[in-house]
Amino acid sequence: MDIGKDLVAASATPLVLAILAEADTYGYAILKRVGELSGGRLQWTDGMLYPVLHRLERLGHIEGRWGTSESGRRRKYYRITERGLAELAEQREQWQTVDAALRNIWFAASLPGGWTPAPTPS
Amino acid sequence: MTTSNTADPIEEQIGQWRTYLGRRRAIHPADVEELEDHLRGQIATLVDAGLAPDEAFLVAVKRMGAQDAIANEFAREHSERLWKQLIVTPDATDAAGGEARREMLVVFALAVAAGLAFKVPGLFGLEIDSNEGFYARNFSLFVLPLLTGYFVWKRRIGPGTRGWLALAFAGAAVVANIFPFGTGSDTEALLALHLPIALWLVVGVAYAAGRWRDSVARMNFVRFSGELFIYYVLIALGGGVLVGLTMGMFEAIGIDAERVVEDWLPSCALGAVIVGSWLVEAKQSVIENMAPVLTRLFTPFFTATLLIFLATMAWSGRGIDIEREVLIVFDLLLVLVLALLLYSVSARDPYAPRDAFDFLLVALVISALVADGVALAAISARITEFGSTPNRLAALGMNVVLLVNLGWSAWLYLRFLRGRSSFAPIERWQTAYLPVYGAWAAIVVVVFPLLFGYR
Repeated sequence: MDIGKDLVAASATPLVLAILAEADTYGYAILKRVGELSGGRLQWTDGMLYPVLHRLERLGHIEGRWGTSESGRRRKYYRITERGLAELAEQREQWQTVDAALRNIWFAASLPGGWTPAPTPS
Repeated sequence: MTTSNTADPIEEQIGQWRTYLGRRRAIHPADVEELEDHLRGQIATLVDAGLAPDEAFLVAVKRMGAQDAIANEFAREHSERLWKQLIVTPDATDAAGGEARREMLVVFALAVAAGLAFKVPGLFGLEIDSNEGFYARNFSLFVLPLLTGYFVWKRRIGPGTRGWLALAFAGAAVVANIFPFGTGSDTEALLALHLPIALWLVVGVAYAAGRWRDSVARMNFVRFSGELFIYYVLIALGGGVLVGLTMGMFEAIGIDAERVVEDWLPSCALGAVIVGSWLVEAKQSVIENMAPVLTRLFTPFFTATLLIFLATMAWSGRGIDIEREVLIVFDLLLVLVLALLLYSVSARDPYAPRDAFDFLLVALVISALVADGVALAAISARITEFGSTPNRLAALGMNVVLLVNLGWSAWLYLRFLRGRSSFAPIERWQTAYLPVYGAWAAIVVVVFPLLFGYR
C-alpha cells in the first residue's frame, strides 16, 4: 500500500516532533522509528526528512547540535524545544479531531445498510 | 571501525555520492555530512540484514531519493542559499576560518593606518586648507603603499621585490614633493592626476606577485581594477548615505557636524580603497564579475551613440567646434571605449567562436577612432594658434597613447573576425600595452614640470 505524497508530507511534522518528544535522536534513527511505528508501511524518501528537520529547526520547534556517533563520525542530533512541545500538542489535537471524524464515518459506514451515497443534485 | 576488504569500494562510492551531492548549491557541506551519516546508517542496517555491502549501498542510495529531488527540497527550505553570499569570514571552526580572520584584521589595520597617515602631515602644521597642493600631489601616497603592503603580505612577496616596490614609492614621494610649484600651477595639477596612474601599476606588480611579465597575471590585475572600481563606487554610495544621515541627525539637535565629517571624510575614502580591494580579493571566485556585465549592457548603447554622432556630423556638415576642452572630451571617450573593449576581452572565453558582440565591439572601436581622428585633425590645424600649454600637451599625449592602442586593437580584431588569427593576440596586446600608460603617466609626472618650468 502506497500512502499518498500529501498525506506523508502532512504527517511528517507531528511524527518527527512526537519521536523527538520521546528522546533526543538523529535523522536515521527518526526514520527507523517511523518504520517501526507504522510496521514498515509508512515509507519516506530518506533524503526528504532533512529539509523537514531544517524547517522545524528554523521555526524553533527543534534544536540541532553536532555530536559524535558510536563510530566516531560527526552526527547531528536533534532535541525538541518548549515551542516544539506546544506545537506537538496543537498538532495532536488537530489530528485527533480528524481521526475522530474519520472513525465516526467508518463506523457509520459499517452499520447495516452500508453506504448511502449522497443523492446527486439534479 | 571494522574495515573488511569489501569496505573500500563502498568508501569510494560513498565519496563519489558525497561529491555529487556537494556540488548542489542549495546543499551545504554540513548537510552533506548529515545525509552521509544517514546513508552509512542505512547501509549498516542493510548489511546486518544480510545484504552484500555494494547491494546495501545501492539500496541505501535509492531510498535516499534522487539527488535532484533532494536538492529541490533543500532549495525550497533554504531559498536564501540560491543567492550567492559573500562570506568573508567563514566559520572559525575550520583552518581556513582562522586565516580569513587574520586577513580581516590585517586589512582593517591597514585601512585605519591609511586613514591616520592622512592626518600625520596635519600634526606638523601642514593644514589641508592652506596646503591643497601638497595633499593633491600626495593623496595616492597615503594609501597605495599600504595597499601594496597588503599584497606583499598576502602573496608573501620576497625581499628583492619588496625592495623595488619600496624604492618606487620612495621615488614617487621625492618627485611629488621636490618641485617648487607656484600656486595654481598646471603641471602640479597634472602631476596630481597622473601620479596615481603610474603608482597603480606599481600596485599591479605587487598584485601579480612576481608574475607581472605574465599576460595572464596582468589580465587578472585588469579584472581586479575593474571590480575594485565598482566596489569602491558602491562603498562610496553607502558612505554618502551615512554622511548625509549623520549631518541631518546632528543638525536636528542643533549641532553642526560638518567640520568633523569634513575632517575625516578623506581618511575614510582612503581606507575604503583597502577594504574594497580586500572584498574584491575575497569575492573573486564566489560572485560573478560585475564589470563585464556592465560592459555587455552598455556597449550597444555607446556604439549606437557614436554611430549616430558620426552620421549626424556627416549629414549636417558641422565640424567639431574646437574649444580648449574638446581634447579632454575625446580623451574621455577613448578611455571609455578602451574600458569597454578591455572588460569585454577580460571576460571573453578565448576559444569561443566569434559572435555578434565581437562585431559590435569592432564597430564601437572603429567609430571611436573615426570620431577621434576628426577631432585630432581639427585640432592639429589650430594647435599653433593655441600654443602648447602643459594641459594641452598632456591631453594630446594621452590621446595618442589611447589611439595607438585602439588602432592596433581594431586591426587585430578585424583579423580575428576574418578568421586570420585566434583571439589570443587581442588579449596579449591589451596586457602588453599596460606599461605604456604607466610610462606616459610617469613622463607627465617627472618631465612635464621640468619641461614647462613648473608653471
